[in-house]
Amino acid sequence: MGRKELLHRLGQMLVTLIGVTILTFGLTYIAPGDAVDAILETGDTLVSAEVVEQTRHELGLDQPFHIQYLNWLTGLLHGDMGISYSAKMPVVDRMLLGAPGTLALTGIAIVMMLVVSVPAGIAAAVYRNSFIDYLSRVLSFLGVSMPSFWVGLLMLYIFGLKLGMFPISGGEVDLRHMVLPAATLSVVMISKFTRQVRTAVLEELGKDYVTGAQARGIPMNKILWHHVLPNACLPLVTLLGTYIGWLLGGVAVVEMVFAWPGLGFMAVRAIMTRDFPLLMGFVLWIAIAYMVINLIVDASYYILNPRLKKRGGE
Amino acid sequence: MKFFKDEKMMFRFFSGVILFIVFVAVFGPFLCSADPYASNMTESMLPPSAQHWFGTDKLGRDCFTRIIYGARVSLSMTLVTVLLMSCIGTLIGIIAGYCGGKVDTFLMRITDMMMAFPGIVLAIAIAGVLGGSVVNTVLALAVVGWTKYARLGRSLTLKLVQSEFIQAAVTNGTKPFALLHRHIVPNIMQMVIVTGAMDIGSMIMEIAGLSFLGFGAQPPTAEWGLMLNEGRQVMQMAPWAMIFPGLAILFVVSSFNLWGDSLRDLMDPSRSH
Repeated sequence: MGRKELLHRLGQMLVTLIGVTILTFGLTYIAPGDAVDAILETGDTLVSAEVVEQTRHELGLDQPFHIQYLNWLTGLLHGDMGISYSAKMPVVDRMLLGAPGTLALTGIAIVMMLVVSVPAGIAAAVYRNSFIDYLSRVLSFLGVSMPSFWVGLLMLYIFGLKLGMFPISGGEVDLRHMVLPAATLSVVMISKFTRQVRTAVLEELGKDYVTGAQARGIPMNKILWHHVLPNACLPLVTLLGTYIGWLLGGVAVVEMVFAWPGLGFMAVRAIMTRDFPLLMGFVLWIAIAYMVINLIVDASYYILNPRLKKRGGE
Repeated sequence: MKFFKDEKMMFRFFSGVILFIVFVAVFGPFLCSADPYASNMTESMLPPSAQHWFGTDKLGRDCFTRIIYGARVSLSMTLVTVLLMSCIGTLIGIIAGYCGGKVDTFLMRITDMMMAFPGIVLAIAIAGVLGGSVVNTVLALAVVGWTKYARLGRSLTLKLVQSEFIQAAVTNGTKPFALLHRHIVPNIMQMVIVTGAMDIGSMIMEIAGLSFLGFGAQPPTAEWGLMLNEGRQVMQMAPWAMIFPGLAILFVVSSFNLWGDSLRDLMDPSRSH
C-alpha cells in the first residue's frame, strides 16, 4: 500500500470516527431520561427539582448539543473521556478493566475458528460431494441458522448444568470460565467460515492452471499445498477482517449470556443504566478497533499478493 | 437426489414451508385455546405434557401458545424491517446512481461511513438508548441495514443508465420520474427482492437478539428472544422454556434461508454452486 493511499485511508477513518461519534452522541442527546436520573436515583429519597437542575448544570448536560459534543471531543484529545456514572471512575479506567476479558475471548474464538474451519473447508472442497462435504455443509447450515445466544444457553445447560464440566456463572477471567463463551462464539463463526473456505478452495481448484499441472503429472498433493491453498488464502484474509467486526458486536450478546466481565457486557449495562460517557467510550473503541483491523487486513493483502505490489508501482 | 437439483421444485417446496409458517403466524392464535398472557402460578414450570406440549414457563403460561403468538410478532417485525431498509436503501442507491456527481459522492460517503462500523453494535446502541420497544428495534435495524441496498441499487442503476433502451427513453424525452418509475425500478426490483428474501433469516435472529438483551419487545409480549431471556432465568428447573423458543427460531430462520437460496438459484442459476 503506497503512502498516498495510506493517508487517504487514515483521512477516511477520521471522518468515520467523527461521524459515528456524532451519531451516538446525538442519540444520547435525544434519548428519554439522562444520567442525572440514574445518578440521583438513590432509593426512596425524593430529589428536589433544584438539585436535579444543579447536577445537570455541573455535568454540562444543560448545554446545547454542539457545545456538549465539542466538550467531549476536547476532553478526548486530552485523553479524558469523562467519568462513568455507574462505575464512578474514569471511563478509560473502566474500559481497561473490561478489555482483557474481551480480548482473551475474541482471541481464543478466532484461533478456534481457524483451527476447525480451515481443515474442514479444505477437506469439504477437495472431497466434494462426499460424506464429509455433506456433513460439513449441513452442520454449517445449522450453525448459521441459530442465534449465538441460544447456542450459548444450550452449552450452558448441557456442559454447565447437566454435565457440570464448566462453571455456569462468569465473574473471573480464567481458562475454565472461558471455554463455553469462546466455544459459543466460535460455533457461529466456524459455521460461516467453513463454507467460505470451501468456496474459495473450490474456486481455485476449478482454474485452468490446476488442470494444466495435473496434465503435466504433478501430484495432486503438491498442487494443493503449493498452488491452490496459497491462492485461496487471499479472499479469506479479507473475510477475516469482517469476522472480527462481527465478533466485536457478537461478543456483547454472548458476554451477556455468560455474565462475562468484558467490554460488551459493560456496554450493555452502560446502556441500561444510562451511563452515556461509558457508552461513548465503547463505541469509540469498537470503531477504532474495527477500522485498524481492516487497515491491517488490507495491508496484509498487498503483502500476500505480489501481483498488486507490482501494479501499484513505486 | 434429483429433487434437490431441480430449482423450480426446490423453490416450490420451500415456498410451501414459508406459507405454512405464515399461516401459523396469521391464523395460529385463533386455533389456540390457551391465553399467552394469563399467568397461572399453580401451573408454573410444568414439563411438556399432552396438555402443555412445550411445558409452561415461570408464570405458568403455556409455552406452545406463546411460541405461536411469537411467530406473529417476529414475522411482522422482520417484514417491516426488511421492507423499510430495502425501500429506503434502494431509493438512495437509485438516486446516487442516477444523479451521479456530487450527490453520488455525498451519499456514498455516508454509506461508506456506516459500513466502516459493525452494524449490530450501532443497532444495540440505537435501540438501547432510545429505549426498548418494538418500533425502536425496527428503526435501529433499518438505520443500520439500508447501506447494503444502497450499494446494490446504485451499481444496478449505473449499469442500467448506460444501456441503450434507457438512452433511447431519455432521447425520446421521458421525464426523470417516469424513467425511474417505469424503467429503472422494475428492472432492478428482481435483485432487490432476492437480496431482501435472503436477509429475512438474519433479521429474525437480530430482532430476537435485541429482545434477548432487553432492547426489543418488552414483557409480557410473547416474542421469541424475550422468551429465551425469561427461560434463561429458570433454565435449571424448566429447560423447555429456553429450548423450544430457540427451536422455533432455528426452524423459521433455516426455512427462510433455504427459501432465499432457492429463490436466488431460480432467478440467477449461474450463481448457484
